[in-house]
Amino acid sequence: MPSSDDEVDRVPLSARPEWSDVRPVPQDDGPNPVAPIAYRDDFRETMDYFRAVYLADERSRRALDLTTEAIGMNPGNYTVWHFRRVVLESLNADLHEERDFLDRMTMRNAKNYQIWHHRRWLAEKLGPEVANKELEFSKNILDLDAKNYHAWSHRQWVLQSLGGWENELGYCCMLLEDDIFNNSAWNQRYFVITRSPLLGGLQAMRDSEVGYTTEAILANPLNESPWRYLRGLYKGDTSQLISDNRVSELCLKVLKTSNSCQFALSLLLDLLCYGFQPSEELRAVVEALRNSEQDTVSSKLATTVCLILEITDPMRSNYWAWRRNNLPSQVC
Amino acid sequence: MGGLEEEKHARYIVSVEKKKDDFEALVIEHLRMNGAYWGLTTLDLLNKIGAIDVDAVVSWVMECQDKDCGGFAGNLGHDPHLLYTISAVQILALLDRLDVLDIEKVSDYVAGLQNEDGSFSGDMWGEIDTRFSYCAICCLSLLGRLSKINVEKAVNFIVSCKNLDGGFGSIPGGESHAGQIFCCVGALAITGSLHHVDRDLLGWWLCERQCKDGGLNGRPEKLADVCYSWWVLSSLIMIDRVHWIDKEKLTRFILNCQDKDNGGISDRPDNAVDVFHTYFGVAGLSLMEYPGLKTIDPAYALPVDVVNRIFFRK
Repeated sequence: MPSSDDEVDRVPLSARPEWSDVRPVPQDDGPNPVAPIAYRDDFRETMDYFRAVYLADERSRRALDLTTEAIGMNPGNYTVWHFRRVVLESLNADLHEERDFLDRMTMRNAKNYQIWHHRRWLAEKLGPEVANKELEFSKNILDLDAKNYHAWSHRQWVLQSLGGWENELGYCCMLLEDDIFNNSAWNQRYFVITRSPLLGGLQAMRDSEVGYTTEAILANPLNESPWRYLRGLYKGDTSQLISDNRVSELCLKVLKTSNSCQFALSLLLDLLCYGFQPSEELRAVVEALRNSEQDTVSSKLATTVCLILEITDPMRSNYWAWRRNNLPSQVC
Repeated sequence: MGGLEEEKHARYIVSVEKKKDDFEALVIEHLRMNGAYWGLTTLDLLNKIGAIDVDAVVSWVMECQDKDCGGFAGNLGHDPHLLYTISAVQILALLDRLDVLDIEKVSDYVAGLQNEDGSFSGDMWGEIDTRFSYCAICCLSLLGRLSKINVEKAVNFIVSCKNLDGGFGSIPGGESHAGQIFCCVGALAITGSLHHVDRDLLGWWLCERQCKDGGLNGRPEKLADVCYSWWVLSSLIMIDRVHWIDKEKLTRFILNCQDKDNGGISDRPDNAVDVFHTYFGVAGLSLMEYPGLKTIDPAYALPVDVVNRIFFRK
């Protein structure tokens, strides 16, 4: 709920001596307003005065303070933010003070596009000296909402433009410890291992990451993110994917303990489609999952997997049926 | 359970801006251009746009155009921005009044926002996001001026935002998100570049958005929200994979999000309604060919007859 710092004891602008020389400009809805929006009086007044300084292009201290009030009432008003930037530049204002103001605004309005963009504008001006502060700040926001898309975009921009990669993988580990289901954290993990100038890149990191991901999956097999992450580690290198025993072993382990885990079955299906040759043990485990009411028996394990999924994941039965009807001819 | 409350939703939309002291009205003043697009398109889908004073709407839209740069603002007295420029053009297309536009001026404004790497800024302040790629491409396509931008670079930037799960984010490396996916897939569809999309992989990611309650979420492990009925669904249709979700369950989810007394649709059942979710709920139902609704185009987010009128007229 937006509020200006003065809301409790707000003195109307019309009663403030420092504004006595200004004629407020009312909203012009035209002669036949399509549908005039009803305003609260204080909001209306603030915007009328804002319009006056905006039209007069008055880049003064009082104009800056007025944008503070207007933003407090409606932080989504992008025109006020634009004008604020213009005024800040004209006044050569203290941008560190601006950062403090922005920190407070962002905490209250963490999903507001204008605020995050203003933050980036500010950080660009302040440069690499604020890299760690910006990372610290986005961490504060993520502490409240670990999936805030704006915070993550900002964080990625900071890393790429201003630096600060040193602790990022550690940060991802921490977030995933808090919530292993956090897809944003998994995405960031991928971002770090592929783009950090301090790590060796995907190839170098793959081995340890497969280990990490496998553990995460075994702890919570019904977690969509790490299954996708695992695939991502092979980045389209399907021959590596099917030849790495850890991947098929993982499917086997999960299917033995977690009945019909759709993610394990789906990964197994992909492996088979890439040419993977299943062990007898794996075949047996999958066969055991077959619904006894199904009369379709198939020698192709891939077909069996699809049939199981059509029953256990009925919402996506059309997808699994399509997979079944589009298996490569040589599939096991 | 009952069906779609068409009358009530139409009345809700028409009445929404007349609510007094409604805080919601205050905070959306600057994006009224988007609100008008959502409201008017919904009315058209409900076949209830007849009562609109077209001249009044058109004259207000044109008053929102910045006379210098040609871009449109969210409302009178605001700065121009791509987000409102696309809505303005969509509204004029909807009302069959594109003739009032100086097409060169508007399209020059949009084209001028393309950056070296092919991305688009939202306005002169330089925010970059694949949402803006969609706004620019959709807008220029409706105006027949795609040639003003470097389409190849625009496509390359979008492709650079493609992730390994087949989805797209707002910037390269950004998490796949259904809203951004709609923007990227829409832009690729309009520019004839869908071959860059792995339809099967993305289709699977998209159909995994369907939750147990039948609704769609925007990312793994998030809650279902009616607005994803548009973003996920339109993306699935554009890549020809919509049969991979359970349409019946989704329909029921959307209908459950209606306020059956006062009209309007909310993000999830029993929450407060708003025009944004009313539009996305109705648009989602239209995509699933719900009876009585006009068909909506998944790429241009306008009724199909409007899109046909534009492209067949050329």
